[in-house]
Amino acid sequence: MALVELQQVSRIYRSGDTEFAALDQVDLVIEQGEFVAITGSSGSGKSTLMNIIGCLDRPSSGVYQLNGRDAAKLTRVELAQLRNQTIGFVFQSFNLLPRTAAMDNVELPLIYARIPAAERHRRATEALERVGLGHRRQHLPSQLSGGQQQRVAIARAIVSRPPLILADEPTGNLDTTTSFEIMKLLTELCRKEGITVVLVTHEQDIANFAQRQLVLRDGKIIRDERKPEKLT
Amino acid sequence: MISMGETLRVGLQALGRNKMRAALTALGIIIGVAAVICMVAMGEGAQAVVRKQIEGAGTNVLMVMSGSSVGGGMRGGMGSQPTLTWDDLRAMQTELATVRAAAPQARTMSQVVSDTTTWTTTIFGVTPDFFPIRNWAIVRGSPLTASDQAGAAKNLLIGQTVAEKLFGVSADPVGQIVRIRNAPYTVIGVLDKKGQAGMGQDQDDAVFIPISAYSTRVQGGLSKFIPGMIYVSAASSDLIDDAKRDIESLLRTRHRLDLEQENDFSVISMSEMTGTLTSAMSTMTTFVSSIAFVSLLVGGIGVMNIMLVSVTERTREIGIRMAVGAQPGDILAQFLVEALVLAIIGGTIGVLLGYGASALIVARFGGAASVRPEIVLLALGVSGLVGVIFGIYPARKASLLDPIEALRYE
Repeated sequence: MALVELQQVSRIYRSGDTEFAALDQVDLVIEQGEFVAITGSSGSGKSTLMNIIGCLDRPSSGVYQLNGRDAAKLTRVELAQLRNQTIGFVFQSFNLLPRTAAMDNVELPLIYARIPAAERHRRATEALERVGLGHRRQHLPSQLSGGQQQRVAIARAIVSRPPLILADEPTGNLDTTTSFEIMKLLTELCRKEGITVVLVTHEQDIANFAQRQLVLRDGKIIRDERKPEKLT
Repeated sequence: MISMGETLRVGLQALGRNKMRAALTALGIIIGVAAVICMVAMGEGAQAVVRKQIEGAGTNVLMVMSGSSVGGGMRGGMGSQPTLTWDDLRAMQTELATVRAAAPQARTMSQVVSDTTTWTTTIFGVTPDFFPIRNWAIVRGSPLTASDQAGAAKNLLIGQTVAEKLFGVSADPVGQIVRIRNAPYTVIGVLDKKGQAGMGQDQDDAVFIPISAYSTRVQGGLSKFIPGMIYVSAASSDLIDDAKRDIESLLRTRHRLDLEQENDFSVISMSEMTGTLTSAMSTMTTFVSSIAFVSLLVGGIGVMNIMLVSVTERTREIGIRMAVGAQPGDILAQFLVEALVLAIIGGTIGVLLGYGASALIVARFGGAASVRPEIVLLALGVSGLVGVIFGIYPARKASLLDPIEALRYE
């Protein structure tokens, strides 16, 4: 069973009488353990695709199945649960809660998973150590560098041990060196822990970290390439 | 839904991030609740004082006044037209079995001059019967006598406040000479302390002279009419209604009133007086308390305003929470709890403040305040309710946000 499966998915926006298809009958299958980069110019439908995969938005038509469940048939509450259990989000602007310690930020998904406090602390500490920030647990986002903030966000994304990480321009606000470090971390998570990573970016050198590259234009996938496994 | 304790923790954390704003919001509730507690406590306290004082004056006491009638409330013009005569008084004293005693009382304000100082007080013209009816003893010297009344003697009984003002705390006023409107009077006795009357005036701030001396030297002049009212004590407190009825029929006969004519006098019992006064005061209390409740309402609107601002300001936070798995109910609960915490904290401080303020007012201005536990619970309940009512709209607004829009919000 594929982790992510889109069949003829369209997402149509209406403004007045005009209709605009941000996604136009997209078919896409992503298997467990893949590292996929989605590229495309702005307005090509990347973000819409991410929102659909992330269960933040629902298709106007077509079927989207995440982990075997049909997103269209789920209530808002069930979608929230599905997101909580299945997806870790990483955003361009980190989206950490301001004035909230790194630990508390990382614990957030576990709170909504109704996990008891002691277990939360243990797992959050583990996740922060996994991203190399075990020594920064009580720091506030404002006391961390951009790269460190994104690491906290990645810790938050993996803390509930989801099969899928969705990263929307994760390096967009970072310099090249830090960007590469973050990409290395994501690659590692994919390789070593088998987490599926789906990444949106407009930078080719970032997309090159992925094994599989999708290119979107006008709501359609115009290219889908897998590169041969590199020996490193 | 996540647990209540967790929601509370998250809510407190959010409030803690903006302490000044939380404090100012709570202030609105604090003032509202404190005002309600204070006003209700003062009002109830005042009513209790009135009841106690009036009932302390004797439950078997009736007052007969010249002029208009009484029905529900007191009518204007009462006492303005003298209609009660000395013969009416004598008839009441002698002809009615339900009446134990009757005594006239006239009053005016005047200066009383001692050797060293002066004091403006109420001069009462009374007969010796007045004091037993009012249940008022003398602590020093001797009482007014029938011969004082018959001879219009320039003898005077002095209230404790006046004694203190004219002669000091320690001196014995008995035997001293004071002047009222240039006539010298001898102080023959000092009355027991009586305290405040229902309306708050000091009953001990008074002097008493024979009403015969009063009408010749102070006010009224000699006439067949009594220049004031008549105090009556019924034979027993069970007979008060009978006494009232007897007096009315006696006076109607004596004044030759036809059936369709209204009484040209009024008979009021102390219990009616209590009823009238307490109902007037409770109207006042209700009125003032409703103003206080309005301020609580304004406090609630303050909570709503801040919560709305908070929802807008934290749109991104809401988006993040939703993305990582918060359900709409979790978001709703979080914002509702924040509003509720503000309201409850504000309410608690408000109760303490209101309690303190009413104690302070009592200490400063006298009277009494009664803070009943049900009023405290009511105020807390209302502030909690205010928190829920004014918190639910912003909280609902937050829970219905579209996570995509919320995440994109700058």
